Amino acid sequence: MDTHRHLDDELSSLRDRVLLLGGEAEQALERAMYSLSERDSEVAQQVLEHDDQVDRLEVEIDRQCIDIIALRQPAARDLRFVISVAKMAPVLERIADHACNIARAAIDLNNEPELNSVLDLSRMAEHALIMLRSALDAFTSSDAVTAREIIKSDSEINDLYNHTFHRLIELMVTEPATATRDARLLFVAKHLERIGDYVTDICELTVYMAEAAFIKHT
Amino acid sequence: MPVQTAAPRIEVRATAPVETTSDKAKVAVRNLDFFYGRVQALHGISIEIPERIVMAFIGPSGCGKSTFLRTLNRMNDVIPGTRVGGEVLIDDHDIYAPGTDVVDLRRRVGMVFQKSNPFPKSIFDNVAYGLRINRVTGSGSELEGRVEQALKDAALWSEVKDRLKTSALSLSGGQQQRLCIARALAIRPEVLLMDEPASALDPIATSKIEELIFDLKKQYTIVIVTHNMQQAARVSDRTAFFLLGKLIEVNATEKIFTAPNVKTTEDYITGRFG
Repeated sequence: MDTHRHLDDELSSLRDRVLLLGGEAEQALERAMYSLSERDSEVAQQVLEHDDQVDRLEVEIDRQCIDIIALRQPAARDLRFVISVAKMAPVLERIADHACNIARAAIDLNNEPELNSVLDLSRMAEHALIMLRSALDAFTSSDAVTAREIIKSDSEINDLYNHTFHRLIELMVTEPATATRDARLLFVAKHLERIGDYVTDICELTVYMAEAAFIKHT
Repeated sequence: MPVQTAAPRIEVRATAPVETTSDKAKVAVRNLDFFYGRVQALHGISIEIPERIVMAFIGPSGCGKSTFLRTLNRMNDVIPGTRVGGEVLIDDHDIYAPGTDVVDLRRRVGMVFQKSNPFPKSIFDNVAYGLRINRVTGSGSELEGRVEQALKDAALWSEVKDRLKTSALSLSGGQQQRLCIARALAIRPEVLLMDEPASALDPIATSKIEELIFDLKKQYTIVIVTHNMQQAARVSDRTAFFLLGKLIEVNATEKIFTAPNVKTTEDYITGRFG
């Protein structure tokens, strides 16, 4: 029936949009980390300039969810999908915001001499990116099993963060001259750790969407 | 109205799962089959309806939900050639048992229909009608008190108290439907059956009926048939989904509308049925 096809089309368009937003968040993080590791402030600036587009996309998704709820009154799996997307969009936007904060830190750090310290930031970022990509894949295929595995893997980012935290504090004590830069890197590490948490939120929403199970705070 | 004797009973064993709840069941239906002549309209329905809740029946046209509703106060008895099998227990008494007083049954289990059907009488006389024919009141003042209370319970009193002697046909569609509810409430039923009570009403009148249903469940067990799934979601505590004369799923309304257990229910709820 036409009405149902319309709903299907709208849900499909909503899915495309949230995946687009996910792709934007992923790219922002990737480029922010590139600007940091390659000391390329131009790329960092591009990340910041692109953030308006990410914000607009989030608002569009919000509006689309509200329209679907008001006009189509979805139920059951459709309702769970729309609710999950409505809650997921701000999470993805926050991930992009964290990427922007990393880009800002990169611009500041790129104006100062390079630190020669061995840190786990690249590994943290790599892990966060893999988590994010896998989470978006799990969402696309309503794969609650994979979503649960991704949630478990967040502990690796937390471990890397703890290690980085202690290492940077150590550096601040032993080489006080680098303290400002160390502090900036500490913030970068914290942003990556938070991104891991946000990916966990996305996976919890995927589990809700697929199984109608609330696993948050359990 | 002449009332037929109980329809002939047949014994049927069905395999449909029995729906049970921990609350006391006001209505308990076990393995109910229903036939229009040789056509079987209901297949092994088993369901319990707890006291003082709103139970909604949903399903596509022809699925048997209205037929099933009418089995709960034996309204189908008046249709020639119908047969029923299984049990319908109200307060643990089988309403199809021989010797059941059907008039008394319909006093206990009232009904409101899709199309409001006020009598061509005054507003007062419409509500008083059931009280008079059932001789349930004594003095005139008692009758007036019961009419007033029924109109208040039906959220109509403030709109009609100054014109009780005017024709019921002068009321709006929504008011006429609430008048019919008042008429049903006047004889103080225990269960109220509503067959698409708001389907012919505008959104404001519908909203009043829904608010009324919400208030009435404090005193009555209400069973409502509706084609409007949003209405079922708004007013009911539990929802039962029927298809092709079978009860497919019954559950808490929020469960049915967010995460039904049966895929067929989900397909119907999400509009992907058929």
